[in-house]
Amino acid sequence: MQPFSGLALLKRGFTGQRGWTPQWRSPQPKPGYDALIIGGGGHGLGTAYYLASEHRLGSVAVLEKGWIGGGNTGRNTTIIRSNYLFAESAALYDHALKLWEGLSQALNYNLMFSQRGVMLLAHSVHDVQVSKRHVHANRAAGVDNEWLTPEEAQAFCPPLNLQGLRYPVLGAALQRHGGTARHDAVAWGYARAADALGVDIVENCEVTGILRDTGGAVAGVETTRGPIRARRVGVAAAGHTSVIMKMAGIELPLESYPLQALVSEPVKPVFPCVVMSNTIHAYISQSDKGELVIGAGTDAYTSYTQRGALHIPSHALEAICELFPIFRRMRMLRNWGGIVDLTPDRSPIIARTPVPGLYVNCGWGTGGFKATPGSAHVFAWTIARDEPHPINVPFTLERFREGLLIDEAAAAAVAH
Amino acid sequence: MLLIECPYCGERPEPEFTYGGQAHLARPRDPAATSDEEWTAFLYRRANTRGVHAERWRHVHGCGRFFNALRDTTSDQFLATYRIGEPPPGAPR
Ligand SMILES: [Zn+2]
Repeated sequence: MQPFSGLALLKRGFTGQRGWTPQWRSPQPKPGYDALIIGGGGHGLGTAYYLASEHRLGSVAVLEKGWIGGGNTGRNTTIIRSNYLFAESAALYDHALKLWEGLSQALNYNLMFSQRGVMLLAHSVHDVQVSKRHVHANRAAGVDNEWLTPEEAQAFCPPLNLQGLRYPVLGAALQRHGGTARHDAVAWGYARAADALGVDIVENCEVTGILRDTGGAVAGVETTRGPIRARRVGVAAAGHTSVIMKMAGIELPLESYPLQALVSEPVKPVFPCVVMSNTIHAYISQSDKGELVIGAGTDAYTSYTQRGALHIPSHALEAICELFPIFRRMRMLRNWGGIVDLTPDRSPIIARTPVPGLYVNCGWGTGGFKATPGSAHVFAWTIARDEPHPINVPFTLERFREGLLIDEAAAAAVAH
Repeated sequence: MLLIECPYCGERPEPEFTYGGQAHLARPRDPAATSDEEWTAFLYRRANTRGVHAERWRHVHGCGRFFNALRDTTSDQFLATYRIGEPPPGAPR
């Protein structure tokens, strides 16, 4: 691996930036590995990286049916925060946030991680009460979150309009350590670092079956590029998890919905932070490239199409134009959908499954990007040791039978 | 935006409808005799089909009635809509 540094960039500058080599190999899949990860998004690539770097597993491969980072990793609005209500969730997302802070250095890859602050607006008495409860719960759990008055919110985000709103801004919860990161860089950074540790990243390789031994345990997978043996298989396939797990005879508490986002034409820096509103449902930030990155809600119905109906982003844009009238004349350039896997309690499942050797990391719903490093880290632990990391102990498949839901759905009253 | 055919009112635009999830899930008849495992399956587990999916819709801003539909989740194309209590078109009777 060619290490990246200012000096390396300068040296290449004298030769016209030529001579850079591919950052990871494109190997043929071997007949067998110690562990396979299905799904080459941030969660899957990160898992492979931690399996190789922290758990020293001999041989690991990531199988991706398309190209890496082409699913939800490349389709989300790149928001990172950890101010979830329940202690279990806050611990998981805060684990991720702490890893984000050192990740560019650890991977020697600039993830453009920017802790510009994430501000959640409150528009009703109910919103205010819920947000304040979140703030207090977070502070008691040692997670950064604070309450702002409308004027303080406007001071933090000057484009915010406070006048004549159908849904007035009554305050905001601000997590100053929250922010954004470059989504593609997360996939590429993990891929490059994992590849350097010997992980095979196999693209254009769709899993078509799960192989089992006579005792029922996992023996490998069938793919469009032939069978591959492994005693440990981790599934990190986001919206397609149900499809993969059905190959092993497991039906999950998941439903896959399209979630849409869009970006505007690029403009000069004008928007200093991330603003979210659950009540009127819009998310907005500005990328380093200058585009406004806007998140809409989920479509009404389950789907695998990676697209949705236009009235969904229109609704988000109406909210954006009301909150930020300066954007009323901006043109939107691109709109797309990702397929998100929602659990009934809107918390993820990171766990062993009834099939020995088969592990699943799914149910991140509409908010998986922020968790990428934490999710990958504890999932690698779970696969390597065949037992959960203390942080993902509560995030089992069995919690739905036992009634031990981690009900962030009720806590946020919205997909988040 | 989808164009959805209500079996009672005809074709109407998607915002007139709400989605009701997977169809043909019967609530256990005898709750006390139903195991935790069976309750989990009824309450939480879903087919989440990639392909032809039987699902409930409600024409909430129209006749207000529930009905079922077959839709291909890889294209969002509706193959059929049918009334509650009817078997899915093409299913063995
Ligand atoms: Zn009707």
